[in-house]
Amino acid sequence: MAYHKFDVVIVGAGGAGLMAACQLAGNTSIAVISKLYPTRSHTGAAQGGVAAALGNVEEDHWKWHMFDTVKGGDYLVDQDAAEVLAREAIDAVYDLEHWGLPFNRTPDGRLDQRRFGGHTRNYGEAPVRRTCYAADRTGHMILQTMFQQSIKNQVLFFNEYLALDLLMVDDAVAGVVAMDLRDGEIHTFHAKVVLFATGGYGRAWRITSNALACMGDGMAITFRRGIPLEDMEMYQFHPTGLYRVGVLLSEAARGEGGILRNSEGERFMERYTPTLKDLAPRDMVSRAIVQEIKEGRGVTPTKDAVYLDLTHLGKAVIDAKLPDITDFARTYLTIEPINEPVPIQPTAHYAMGGIPTDIEGRVIRDENKTVVPGFYAAGEAACVSVHGANRLGTNSLVDLIVFGRRAGKHIARFIDEWDFLPLPKEPEDFARKLVEDIRSRDKGEAQVNIRNELRDEMMDNVGVVRNEERLLHAQKKLIELKERLQQVAIQDKGKTFNTELMEVIELGFLLDCAQATTEGALARKESRGGHYREDYPKRDDANFLKHTLAYQERNEIDLRYKPVALGTFEPQERKY
Amino acid sequence: MQLSVKIRRFNPDVDKKPHWETYQIDADPMDRFVDVLNEIKWRQDGTLTFRRSCVHGVCGSDSMRLNGRNMLACKTLVQDLGDKITVEPMLGYPVIKDLVVDMDPFMAKYEKIKPFLINDEPAPHTERLQTPEERERYDESTKCILCGACTGSCPSIWSNPDWIGPASIVNAHRFIFDSRDRGATERLNILSDRMGVWRCRTIFNCTEACPRGIHVTDTIEEVKRALIYGDTDTK
Repeated sequence: MAYHKFDVVIVGAGGAGLMAACQLAGNTSIAVISKLYPTRSHTGAAQGGVAAALGNVEEDHWKWHMFDTVKGGDYLVDQDAAEVLAREAIDAVYDLEHWGLPFNRTPDGRLDQRRFGGHTRNYGEAPVRRTCYAADRTGHMILQTMFQQSIKNQVLFFNEYLALDLLMVDDAVAGVVAMDLRDGEIHTFHAKVVLFATGGYGRAWRITSNALACMGDGMAITFRRGIPLEDMEMYQFHPTGLYRVGVLLSEAARGEGGILRNSEGERFMERYTPTLKDLAPRDMVSRAIVQEIKEGRGVTPTKDAVYLDLTHLGKAVIDAKLPDITDFARTYLTIEPINEPVPIQPTAHYAMGGIPTDIEGRVIRDENKTVVPGFYAAGEAACVSVHGANRLGTNSLVDLIVFGRRAGKHIARFIDEWDFLPLPKEPEDFARKLVEDIRSRDKGEAQVNIRNELRDEMMDNVGVVRNEERLLHAQKKLIELKERLQQVAIQDKGKTFNTELMEVIELGFLLDCAQATTEGALARKESRGGHYREDYPKRDDANFLKHTLAYQERNEIDLRYKPVALGTFEPQERKY
Repeated sequence: MQLSVKIRRFNPDVDKKPHWETYQIDADPMDRFVDVLNEIKWRQDGTLTFRRSCVHGVCGSDSMRLNGRNMLACKTLVQDLGDKITVEPMLGYPVIKDLVVDMDPFMAKYEKIKPFLINDEPAPHTERLQTPEERERYDESTKCILCGACTGSCPSIWSNPDWIGPASIVNAHRFIFDSRDRGATERLNILSDRMGVWRCRTIFNCTEACPRGIHVTDTIEEVKRALIYGDTDTK
């Protein structure tokens, strides 16, 4: 048994994990566990930018940003958290600049800002330029910059370790168990604090912008330990995924003037959201695209896409501000966006829900906000909740840096007054059984069909448009898939870099997340943000202005609810 | 189209030395090569091992040698590889298993050039100013994703694994030419070592290999010129 002891163990080395690590390095014994090399984390795929009301190019206020975040989230946002997000975004962006992030600049040398969906001036009047950016690779630059700072601060990494279990003693956290992929060895990390910054689970859908690594690991590990997942039914489909492959084409394309068109060449968003048009929030644009396709105005031979038209922007703007995403169109569709419109379709993109936390990043276990001592979460894996029912573009990077930073600072105070808990007896038992059950099974189904059937089921029945019949279908299917997963056999029985074993473990994580999503969606008999029920097309504040908490109870899922923190902005009808 | 994919295999648990295995598989010409590898792994041979994550060319996990050249498997379409495809781990790195190579020595070299902004002057309350022209000066080298394709394609590395390699120099360039950075002299000193820039023989393999389109050899030349002229303003 390999044993390590650190004050703080961070699982996940994307933007949130590294931001937290950099708050702690130097003064604390910390380790960061990542199942990848840190720079492979999915933060690096974020493109468009990071919002902060700097007001560098036009008047702006953090309170407008807060309002947009609350309204964008269809009022399921906790307003205390949204205030923190909008206020602290400003300093967090300056921090990144001071650490060397190569933001694009205005002619007078300040941080340039661009428009993005749902970000407006004066409480909804018109789009505002709020988003700081580094071409269309802002996430890449954040990840690189945070990794650079981690090297400067001599952060200790355990690269290519797959987290398997969270160690708990009497409802408090005592450490984490992980497998070193390189030799298959199980390691116990004894810690005062564990922070999960493990990202999302977009791989549950057929068309997704997410990396193969986005399998919901941290969320599922938490769920299995009796801690709930919050608002999992709130899953965002980004309107502009590259046709067929789902690769993200940033909203920055529309921020810079790109237009969505149907098969008749019509700029259809004018009909759906006359004020913001193509820059309406993502849930609305995705639904509009699905509606256009349903009414027969789709493009491509399969008629299940629409066009993103950039041809009027000109080569200079495209090359300077959107080089990467136009390169994706060239590489994967052999289309030249300077001359031709690009076919796109909604792509599974972002989990608004996740591990419930307070605004300090502390994980909470119930509707009374009972804290799980020693356990923190941040980034996409967490649900603070600043995104409510629909996240605004660029607010994910804001979330990482603001709440990664807050969690890191809070942990620094917490570990001074908290001691190590004794480890449970045989701390590795659960993880070892998880691994050995799979490795030792000689005969059984291969995992590939389960993986594909899950993705089809979620795409078709727990996607942009949902209804009771579809969700019940998914509910049944997921139970079947979970049973089949228990019978999966693998060919690779070795210890060295066994990615087949890793994939089966991850698929188990993914199924748990999919189940929480489906159960939450089935019970939420209303439409709000990214959760659209055609059988309940209206928002229902009287019954559903509340957060879902899903608990895994043996093989069942138990749903409870938690009130939304309101206060500054009264819920109103959401129009753009 | 029908593909014949020949893969160099090595599993240290059972193999004394590497061997080749060939897989027949049907693929769409527009598929990414990583999709083909996944299909082989999922439907034919679960033991086939490779790294992959983002599958669209931004995370840098799946750099490997395809038909003799380093590429990202997810940024290469089947139609650009033909129907007979040879797959090997990158040269110049110790092999862990199949196509998975040990990236630790590569990362250690990267850390050597102090890849972080060096500037101890107190920062203003807002941003440090930088003109668009100053920002443009180092734009090229900010694109690096540390996939290692350049370094693994470099004959100087093949003959001398201790050489610092192109990727580290690109990342040094990213800071040396950043107007906010004050560490240029420190980094140039590291790079003037006998294991520094001068071992670059201007072969251009790295430039060809870079999946991000970085003109790697040019950036190395700019660093060499900065060393010769003692001046980071000279292009």
